[in-house]
Amino acid sequence: MISRLLAMVRKEFIQIRRDRRTLAMVLIMPVMELLLFGYAIDTVVDHLSTMVYDEASDVESRALIAAFENSGYFDIEGYALSQSELVEAIDAGRAKVALHIPPRFGDQLLRGQQGNVQLIIDGSDPNVASTASFAASSVVQARMAEITAASLERRGLGRAAAAGIDLRPVVLYNPTMSSAHFMIPGVISLILLFQALILTAFAVVRERERGTLEQLIVTPVKSWELMLGKVLPYTVTAATATILTMLAGWILFGVGVAGSLLLLGALSLLYLLGSLGLGLLISTVSQTQAQAMQMAMFFMIPSILLSGFMYPRETMPFAIRQLSLLTPMTYFLYILRGIMLKGVGLRFLWPSVLPLALFSIAVFALSAKRFQKRIA
Amino acid sequence: MATDAIIDVRNLTKRFGDLTAVDQISFSVGAGEIFAFLGPNGSGKSTTIRMLCGILRPTSGTGRVLGFDIEREGEKIKRGIGYMSQRFSLYEDLTVWENLEFYAGIYNVPRTRRRERLEELVAMAGLTGRERQLAGQLSGGWQQRLALGCAFVHQPRLLFLDEPTAGVDPISRQEFWTLIHDLTRQGVTIFVTTHYLDEAEHANRIGMIHLGKLRAAATPAELKRMVHGRLLNIACDAPFEAVAILQTMPEVRNVTFQGNDVHALLTDEGAEETIRNSLRQGGVVVHDVQPITPSLEDVFVSLIAGAE
Ligand SMILES: Nc1ncnc2c1ncn2[C@@H]1O[C@H](COP(=O)(O)OP(=O)(O)O)[C@@H](O)[C@H]1O
Ligand SMILES: [Mg+2]
Repeated sequence: MISRLLAMVRKEFIQIRRDRRTLAMVLIMPVMELLLFGYAIDTVVDHLSTMVYDEASDVESRALIAAFENSGYFDIEGYALSQSELVEAIDAGRAKVALHIPPRFGDQLLRGQQGNVQLIIDGSDPNVASTASFAASSVVQARMAEITAASLERRGLGRAAAAGIDLRPVVLYNPTMSSAHFMIPGVISLILLFQALILTAFAVVRERERGTLEQLIVTPVKSWELMLGKVLPYTVTAATATILTMLAGWILFGVGVAGSLLLLGALSLLYLLGSLGLGLLISTVSQTQAQAMQMAMFFMIPSILLSGFMYPRETMPFAIRQLSLLTPMTYFLYILRGIMLKGVGLRFLWPSVLPLALFSIAVFALSAKRFQKRIA
Repeated sequence: MATDAIIDVRNLTKRFGDLTAVDQISFSVGAGEIFAFLGPNGSGKSTTIRMLCGILRPTSGTGRVLGFDIEREGEKIKRGIGYMSQRFSLYEDLTVWENLEFYAGIYNVPRTRRRERLEELVAMAGLTGRERQLAGQLSGGWQQRLALGCAFVHQPRLLFLDEPTAGVDPISRQEFWTLIHDLTRQGVTIFVTTHYLDEAEHANRIGMIHLGKLRAAATPAELKRMVHGRLLNIACDAPFEAVAILQTMPEVRNVTFQGNDVHALLTDEGAEETIRNSLRQGGVVVHDVQPITPSLEDVFVSLIAGAE
């Protein structure tokens, strides 16, 4: 019994080692995805072309414009001479963002009055819009804090009092607005789902295509040995890929794990169980690897779109948001972001852990049952 | 029912929906025999083997393999047999040695004996020096012998070989049969399927299967005697016309071209003289009519013709 399982697992590892496609999926894809999602999405959102209409044209307004530019999120594209010219620049797509500073901006600030700055944002890309508004408000807050601190200091009060105005935490847990923070948990949950699913399904379907499965069925191998022989190796590869992604995220983007590594590991395994189960399930209904791939995509695409990996779930219409509760990735992504970024534990995460556990255990049990029936 | 039979099958039937792939077949195979299952593609050979190996449930009928019931004791059967599936199903990305080692693990060959056993198999398959070559890089003949080695790793008493020589060059086929005969000398029983008629001559007994029905099961000599004297070779000046005439005769069961000659298979009522007369009346000049020893192909054709 152990001999048979051992033979299965050993054979699978030799095949993994010899297959470039599998190796690439395990070793290269995680880092590539991380770079792709980490950097590509970063560059989309920063360096937004910005048009300025500076009616004040004083020290304070120029300082504010400089602060915008220095933030890295805005590139000053040019200066407009009227409000309508600003709007036109956005309409024409020359600028994503327009900044309007009213006359006597500096005077108002000096007198301790509210300085009203208008920001017009091209809302056609929700990612751009949210980033621009967050970034702009951060810039403004920071600038306000500096001004207040300076004026308070002039009046002889210490810095302590100035802290009261600092409203910076607009973007909770992601102060630099780096998309890597959001993307790393996303990439990990994608890898754990996609890689485990596709590699497990391929491993079985490949044997069906080659005819080795039929050969195996006529040996004394039990179907559960066959199943474990497929599941164990791909648990190891998925874990390897996950660790690689986390290391890369840490080295390249400085994103570590704020919470418990043990909890992270345990819940990742739980999620992985579901992915492996889906892979087995797919393998029982696919005759070819192409079919398996198609079916994998059928699970993948809704997961990517709905889980909050690409688009924040908060901005989704109600019905879509309910739909997103059907994909396990939604729960796992929430859990992962919770543990990695917020450092929270089970006390806060259990409402997501419960449905995830339910899903994973149900899918694995179902696939195990189906696998036994289809193979035997 | 023969008690010492390695395989014993009664009225075995398998239906897939409306299709009856195997239709009420009965036969038995004795220890040390080479039993060849001969039939064209789609005649039900693989389906029969699958039922005998305990991986496909018969629709009806019974069977015992190595004394075990094929329906209820599949697991016991699997431990005692070796099976080589229709395409030599090797792991192409594993080396010769790794393939053998894998099956040694699957069949639980004791670790202490494993190395020795694997070396024996490598030598048997003539693969010495190629142990580290990937199975996918071997030529058809080598692959075929490696597959046999894998199926034989646990020294089973019974080997099922499903079209082991399909797509392999004639020399490799010859070598393969030599290997099979060596195995039977060690007391191994072989159940082999093929659609090569010439190959079946290697067998002690042949089962001829067509459209799921077992038409005959006998030694090659017995099979040939079944048609002996009823098969004529006709040499004449106009073979096409001869065939046209012969086909209309009720005494002629089957006509085929054989080069410039014509082979005619007669029914029991047919006689050489009637044939000569009919042809002469039809304006065909007959040079010679000779009763001939039928080939297995003639036997097969006659059995099928008889059934239709
Ligand atoms: N799993 C199956 N489902 C439906 N039909 C099948 C199945 N397996 C075989 N058949 C059909 O049964 C017949 C016999 O097939 P098979 O035993 O593979 O023939 P052979 O091995 O002699 O070429 C064929 O017509 C084939 O299409
Ligand atoms: Mg077949």
